[in-house]
Amino acid sequence: MTHVESTPVAEPEPERPDQPAETAPEAAGSGSGRKRNGSTVYTASQWRLMWWRFRKHKLAMAGAIFLMLVYLVVIFAEFFAPFHPSDHNGAYQHAPPQRVHLFEETDDGTRFNPHVKGYHYEEDEETWRRTYVTDEDQIYPIGFFVSGPEYKLFGLITTDIHLFGPKDPEAPMYVLGADRMGRDILSRVIYGTRISMSIGLVGVVLALVLGVVLGGISGYFGGWIDSAVQRVIEFVRSIPEIPLWMALTAALPRSWSQVQIYFGITVILSIIGWTTLARVVRGRFFSLREEDFVTAAVLDGVSKRRIIFRHMMPSFTSHIIAAVTLAIPAMILAETALSFLGLGLQEPTVSWGVLLREAQNIPSIAHTPWVLIVPGFAVISTVLALNFMGDGLRDAADPYNR
Amino acid sequence: MLKYIARRLLMMIPTLFLISLASFFIIQLPPGDFLSTYAAGMSAQDADVARETLEGLEQRYGLDQPFHVQYWRWVSNIVCCGDFGQSFEWNRPVSSLIWDRLTLTMLLAIVSTLFTWFVAFLIGTYTAVRQYSVGDYFWTFVGFIGLATPNFLLALVLMWVSFRYFGQSVGGLFSPEYESAPWSVSRVLDLFQHMWIPVVVIATAGAASTIRVMRANLLDELHRPYTTTARAKGMKEWRLIAKYPVRLALNPFISTVGWTLPTLVSGEIIVSVVLNLPTTGPLLLRSLESQDMYLAGSFILMLGVLTLIGTLLSDILLAWLDPRIQYEKAGSR
Repeated sequence: MTHVESTPVAEPEPERPDQPAETAPEAAGSGSGRKRNGSTVYTASQWRLMWWRFRKHKLAMAGAIFLMLVYLVVIFAEFFAPFHPSDHNGAYQHAPPQRVHLFEETDDGTRFNPHVKGYHYEEDEETWRRTYVTDEDQIYPIGFFVSGPEYKLFGLITTDIHLFGPKDPEAPMYVLGADRMGRDILSRVIYGTRISMSIGLVGVVLALVLGVVLGGISGYFGGWIDSAVQRVIEFVRSIPEIPLWMALTAALPRSWSQVQIYFGITVILSIIGWTTLARVVRGRFFSLREEDFVTAAVLDGVSKRRIIFRHMMPSFTSHIIAAVTLAIPAMILAETALSFLGLGLQEPTVSWGVLLREAQNIPSIAHTPWVLIVPGFAVISTVLALNFMGDGLRDAADPYNR
Repeated sequence: MLKYIARRLLMMIPTLFLISLASFFIIQLPPGDFLSTYAAGMSAQDADVARETLEGLEQRYGLDQPFHVQYWRWVSNIVCCGDFGQSFEWNRPVSSLIWDRLTLTMLLAIVSTLFTWFVAFLIGTYTAVRQYSVGDYFWTFVGFIGLATPNFLLALVLMWVSFRYFGQSVGGLFSPEYESAPWSVSRVLDLFQHMWIPVVVIATAGAASTIRVMRANLLDELHRPYTTTARAKGMKEWRLIAKYPVRLALNPFISTVGWTLPTLVSGEIIVSVVLNLPTTGPLLLRSLESQDMYLAGSFILMLGVLTLIGTLLSDILLAWLDPRIQYEKAGSR
């Protein structure tokens, strides 16, 4: 599940720190620096070089664009989802995905009228399983920017406009199928994206704070402090994480509200997540500490704080960004697994793991595959995109290294 | 070498202590305990028996005592007489419950490790030797998919596939007729017939990253002067690759066991809940839900300890395989 630690972070030749060229007069002591011979390559700042390098990585770019779309969906989930995630319809339990028809056949000929068709069902007397048959007469026109259930954008602006949906808000539209309560899977996956993606982000931020502080201390001071922190990291990593997470999430009080559980889970996920980041930071600190420009700064009588933040930090921010990007998918997968086991988030909160929990047994996969496929696809594609982007960032993190 | 092993063993002691402390702390975390739930259920029926049992249990484990006393009692019983305490829910000693399951869990983890290595070794070598070929891209892509797919999702899909297309009884590690049979050749065969789904599922987690490590390392070695020399002398290409660069590129396999093992054990837990295997997973989940503290704690403790031993073994193996590693200093960083 976690893979970040197994792909060794490239340890490239440490370079001169990289303040944008025009703001770094005092650090121009060593290294290649800028040779003004006309070419933009030589005057480009490090961030610009990184961007050029990143752009060359096609998969990473594709991942980045995909992720931007995903986060757009996260921010405007209410707008993108045609329905509220808990709106249910008893007549459409486990209804299969509807086909979207663009043209309507009428007596006067064919005309353009995007619509979905309703279902009617027959119930098996013994198994109670429903067979849905498309009802050619029930035609529900759909369109873009239609009025649907009311919501508050950012909790401020009250509106009822949705990107797309049925023109009659009460009409059934299940383009990706319905779950066992007749809830729209598309809307639920969209809301689930918000929870799952933000859990990854919040968890990583917590892990980052812990990792940078402890890894930085460990790497900068070395000696016994370093070995103490290293022992702690080794200890944390020697415990199989899933049992640990299971035990910790099981320990969250049942009386907690969903919001509290949400934050509880992010804290639990970052308890292990920080070790990876701390290792990256420590490694960078170790290699940078011996650099000439750091020695020069020390000899100049620069304070420790300034050396760390002004001279060393810029050299490894890019590496940290890459490591963070690669840590997010691990968090997302962990949340999904925990919620799937029933230890993480619970209904009515909707996350990818909660959605996948519905598809726990063979009958549900065999008869209603969309319950598994839709959230499963969301998880896989997003984690894939994050991995691609993280890979690209890691390659680009050190633009001087060829 | 002996000195190194001895030092590593010594270093394990504080880690072991921490793991035991952590497992005990974690299982103490949830508010309330199994006994209070149990008491609420029992008192309705026959209050007298219940009170006697409860008091007995409370005394035996010192549940009314402070944390450190309880911890000490638990740990000293484990160390001196292998007594892991009593499972409240099953009303049996924990040790009688966990060993079978732990054995199967470890068996699964080891078989998965070997399978992971086998797959990663072949694919990693292939993708490195044929860098940027169609096959390289294909396997890289498959590896990425393997990384991105949650274990349980893969387990569900494979379970369905095996049910739909092979008509195999799904879930569990044994066919019903072998469920409680004593060990025999046919039972082992039956076990292996059922094991392929969990092994494949668990292995994908580790294989994806191991393939990439193998590929990167082999690529480094392939362009070393010694390879060119051997090639110039007219050595057969595949023989050359197998004999020199691959051997060197194999080290990371051993050295990453320390990382893969916890991942594999973790993967095993989730997969076995989905597939309902008679391993640690389902019982651990159940015991956590019902706050069966000694059972849950012992599982976490033993899983941690076994992983620790696995990591140690891999370190020793690595020091033995690669004479370049200075094991005198190996522990200091």
